[in-house]
Amino acid sequence: MGDQSLFQRLHIDLPLLLGITVLCSLGLVTLYSAGGMDTGILMRQCGRLILAFALLLVFTQISPAQLARLSFWLYLAGVVLLIVVLVAGDIGKGARRWLDLGFLRFQPSELMKLAVPMVVAWYSSERSLPPGIWRMLAACLLVTVPVLLICKQPDLGTALLVGMAGFSVLFVAGINWKLLSGMIITAAMSTPVLWYFMHDYQRKRVLTFLDPDQDPLGAGYHIIQSTIAIGSGGIYGKGWLNGTQSHLEFLPERSTDFIFSVFCEEFGFMGVLLLSSLYLFIIGRGLYMAMNAQETYGRLLGSGLVLTFFVYIFVNMGMVAGQLPVVGVPLPLVSQGGTSMVTLMISFGMLMSIHSHRRLLSG
Amino acid sequence: MPQKYTLTDTRQEYHLIRNRIIVSGVIICLLILSLLARIFYLQVVRHDHFTTLSRHNRVKIQPLVPMRGLIFSRDKVLLADNRPSFSLEIVPEQVKDLDQLFQDLGGVISINAQDIARFRTELSKHRRFDSIPLRFNLSEEEVASVSVNRYRYPGVDIVARLSRYYPLVANIAHVVGYVGMIDEPELKELDASNYRGTTHIGKLGVEKAYEDILHGTVGYQQVEVNAQGRVIRVLDRVPPIAGQNITLSLDVALQNLAVELLENRRGAIVAIDPRDGSVLALVSAPGYDPNQFVNGIAPASYKMLLSSPDAPLLNRALRGQYPPGSTIKPFFGLAALANGYRTPAAETWCPGWFRLPGKERKYRDWKKGGHGHTNLQNAIAQSCDVYFYNLAVDMGIDELSHALWNFGFGRRTGIDIGGESTGLVPSREWKKNVLGQAWYPGETVNVGIGQGSLLVTPVQLATAVAMMANRGRAIIPHLLDQASSLTAPEENRPLSDKSTDLQRQAMDRYYDEIINAMGEVVQGARGSARASGRDAPYRYAGKTGTAQVIGLPEDELEAEKKEVDVEFRDHALFIAFAPVENPVIALTIIVEHGGGGSSTAAPIARKLLDFHLLKSTNVENDADG
Repeated sequence: MGDQSLFQRLHIDLPLLLGITVLCSLGLVTLYSAGGMDTGILMRQCGRLILAFALLLVFTQISPAQLARLSFWLYLAGVVLLIVVLVAGDIGKGARRWLDLGFLRFQPSELMKLAVPMVVAWYSSERSLPPGIWRMLAACLLVTVPVLLICKQPDLGTALLVGMAGFSVLFVAGINWKLLSGMIITAAMSTPVLWYFMHDYQRKRVLTFLDPDQDPLGAGYHIIQSTIAIGSGGIYGKGWLNGTQSHLEFLPERSTDFIFSVFCEEFGFMGVLLLSSLYLFIIGRGLYMAMNAQETYGRLLGSGLVLTFFVYIFVNMGMVAGQLPVVGVPLPLVSQGGTSMVTLMISFGMLMSIHSHRRLLSG
Repeated sequence: MPQKYTLTDTRQEYHLIRNRIIVSGVIICLLILSLLARIFYLQVVRHDHFTTLSRHNRVKIQPLVPMRGLIFSRDKVLLADNRPSFSLEIVPEQVKDLDQLFQDLGGVISINAQDIARFRTELSKHRRFDSIPLRFNLSEEEVASVSVNRYRYPGVDIVARLSRYYPLVANIAHVVGYVGMIDEPELKELDASNYRGTTHIGKLGVEKAYEDILHGTVGYQQVEVNAQGRVIRVLDRVPPIAGQNITLSLDVALQNLAVELLENRRGAIVAIDPRDGSVLALVSAPGYDPNQFVNGIAPASYKMLLSSPDAPLLNRALRGQYPPGSTIKPFFGLAALANGYRTPAAETWCPGWFRLPGKERKYRDWKKGGHGHTNLQNAIAQSCDVYFYNLAVDMGIDELSHALWNFGFGRRTGIDIGGESTGLVPSREWKKNVLGQAWYPGETVNVGIGQGSLLVTPVQLATAVAMMANRGRAIIPHLLDQASSLTAPEENRPLSDKSTDLQRQAMDRYYDEIINAMGEVVQGARGSARASGRDAPYRYAGKTGTAQVIGLPEDELEAEKKEVDVEFRDHALFIAFAPVENPVIALTIIVEHGGGGSSTAAPIARKLLDFHLLKSTNVENDADG
C-alpha cells in the first residue's frame, strides 16, 4: 500500500473534507458579521472548530465493525443518561438538558443524535433486509423511547432531529411503504393530542408561525424581522457587514439559530444559491459514500447520518424563512455554538471511516 | 435458520438500499427547491416591499428606563435622590471620524482623556447605533454651547437623564452604598432585557442589596425613525414601572450624632433595636463621598481614597475585625453560669496576676494591686481579668468557643446589606487546620479576656448585645424597615430555646445576674464606667472594653503608661443596651486607638442612649451634669 496518500492512510475523504472546509470558512465570515464584528466570538468559534475537527480525525480511525459493536451499549448508556438528566439535570433556559459532570456540562440528547441511527442500523443489519413487520415495530420503539425522553426535557428541536435520524435509517433499510404511509397518517391524526401535551411556549410558537402579525412585539417579532432581513437582501445582497436590518434591529439569536437571515441579507439570493450548492454537494458526496460502503451496517448508518444533516439544514432554513415553526435547530457548521458542531463533525468522521475502511478490506 | 447471508441477499440488499438512497436524494432536491422558491419569492419578487420596510420607515424598539426607587430613612430623610443631569451622548454610526469629533467638541466643552477612554470601552460593548455617553453632569453653560453648535455635529446629542445623588454625603456612605456604571461581569449576570437602556446599577450597601426592588421594570416604545435614526413618531408605548421607594430602619438623627461623637476618629458604631433587629445606626468612620463614584471616580481621587491610612472605603462596622477585649466577659459569664462552671456567689482570689500551673509567665490584671476576693458580678462590674483567666482555664477552649458560637460570633449575622466578615472564633480545629499547630493552654487564658486570636465585627458584637438584652432571643439585624417578618434561622437560636420550663427559669436567673452586673458597670459604686452612667434617668446595662492592638512585650507593659504612638494605642470599646426592663436599643462602640473603653467609648454611648431614649435636644448638658 505504498502508493497510498497521506489522506488515504488517515481514512480522510478529500472531496468531503474540501466541502466541509469551504462551508466552515463561509460560516466564520458570516459569524464575524452576525456577531457584531466581535473577534472574541470568532476566536471561540475557531477553537470549537479545531476541537470538532480533531474529533473527526479520531472517529475516522474507528472501523465500522467497531462502531457496530459499540452501537447498542452507546444507545443504552444514552437512554440511562437521559433518564438521569430528567431526574437530576441542570436547568438552563427553563429546560432540563444538561448533565453537570463537574469538569464539563454535557447534553446526553446530543449523544442520541449518533446513538439512535447507530442502534437502528445495527439492529436492522442483524437480519437480511428488508426487515419484517415485528422487527420494524421494535426498531420504531428503539427510536421512540429516547425521542419521548427528550421531548420531556423539553427540547423539541433535538427530539425532532433524533427522531428523523432513526427514521431515515429505517427508511433506507427498506421500511414497508404501507407501514410508512400508515405512520405518517397516525402522526397527522395525533397532532391534536400533541397539542394537548405541548408547553405554553411551544403552543405560542405554533400559533405565531401560523400568524406572525398576531404578536408583533413578542414571538412574532423574530419571524417578521427575519423575513424583512431576507427580503431586503435582494439578488446580490447588501454586502458583507452591511446588513442594516440585522445590525440595526435586534434580530434575536442573530449569531445562532437566526444566522441564515443575516447571510441572506448580506449575500442575497446569489449567496443563498452558493450556500445551497455547497450543502447539496456535501449531501450528494455523503450519500454516494454511504451507498458504496461494503457492509450493510455502514450503508445504513452513513445514509442515516447524511439525511439527518439535511434535516438540520431544512428545518433551520425553513424556520428562518417563515416556512416552519420556530424550533431551536442551528444552521449546521455556520451557527455559533459547539455542541451540534461536535456531533456533526463526528458523524462526518464516521462517514469517512465507513467509506475508507471498505477500501482497506477489499483492496 | 440456515445460511442467511447469501450473495443474492447481499446483492438484493444493495439494490434496496441504493434505491432508497436515490429516492431520498430526489426528496432532498425537491425540498431544497421549495425552500429556494420561498427565498426567491422573498428576495426577488417581494424585494421592493421588504426594502421599503427595512430602509425608509424603520420601526425601532426603544427601551424606556424605569426611575430608580428612592431611599428614605425611618425619620423620613431622603438618603438617595434622583436628580436630572445632562449628558453628552454620541451615536457612533452617524459619525465619520470619532477622533476629529473629540477634537472639535473639545473646543466647545472640556473633554479629558479619561472621558474618551471610557467612551471607547463602552463603544466596544455596544452596537454602533446605540447612543453612548461621553460626558456626564454638563453644566447649564456647557449644555447651551453644545446646543448652539449641534447642527455641526451629526450624531451628537444632549440627553437629560436622572442621576443618583446622595444628599447626606459621607455620613451614610457605608449604609446606602452607591450606584455606578454597569461593568462587564455585572453585564453577564443581570437580566439583559430588563436592563436594556439602564446605565447604572447598585454596587454596594443598600443600593446593591435591594437592586431588584429599586430598579423597577423596563418599558418599551415602538417608534418610527427616519434614515438618520431620529424618531418621527411613537407608534406604541409600554410605560416603564418605576422602582419602589424603600424606607430604612436607620434613624438619621442618631446616625449623624454618632458620626459627630466620633470626632473624626476611626471607628464604628452600631445600634440595633433588639426587639426586631432594626438597625438604628451603622457608622463606619471615616466615611467618603459616594457621589463621586456614581459617574466614575477620577483615578487620582480613587488612589487617594485607597492609599489613605484612614482606609475610608473600609466598612468597619461590617468588615472591621477587632479583638472584643473585656466586652466579651458578660457572654463568658453567662456561659459559666449556664453550664455550671460558676455560681453567682463563688469568689476568685485576685492578687493582680495569674499564672498557669507549672508555667513561668504571669498574666496581669489591669489593676496592679488586684481586686481581692471577687464574685462574678464584681468581676464584670470592675472588669477583673484574673477572674476570667481562671474561668477560661476551667472552661477550656472548646467550651469557650461553643459559648461564643452560640452568641453568633465567628459567623455572619445575616445583615441584609451583605459584605460582612465572619470574625474569628479560635478553636482547636481552626488552629490545626489553618495554622497547622496544636492549641496551647496560654491561648485559652488570653481568649478569656477577649484577646488572643479572637476577632469580632462591630455588627456581630451589637447583635450579640441585642441577644443578651432579649435574654437569649436571637435577631437578624436588618436595614430595610419592615414589620419584622425575618425570624432567626434554627442555628441562631439561643442556648435555652429547646429547654424545659425549669431550665428556662434557671436561665432567666442567670440572665438577671449578668444583666445586673452590666448595670453595675455603669451605675454601680465601683463600676468601670460609673463616670458616664451617673444620674441616668433610666436603667441601662453596659460593659467597657480595651483591646490591645498588638501584643506589646511584657516588659513594655510593665513600663506603666508611657506615651505610646497613636498607632499602637489600644482600641476603646463599649457595649450597652437600655432600658434594662424593656430594651429598645443595643449598642456597640469601637474607637480605634481611642485608649480606654471607659474614658472614650462609654461617654459616647451615654449620649446616644440619652438622645434615643429621651429625644432630648440638650444632649451636651445631660452628659456633663
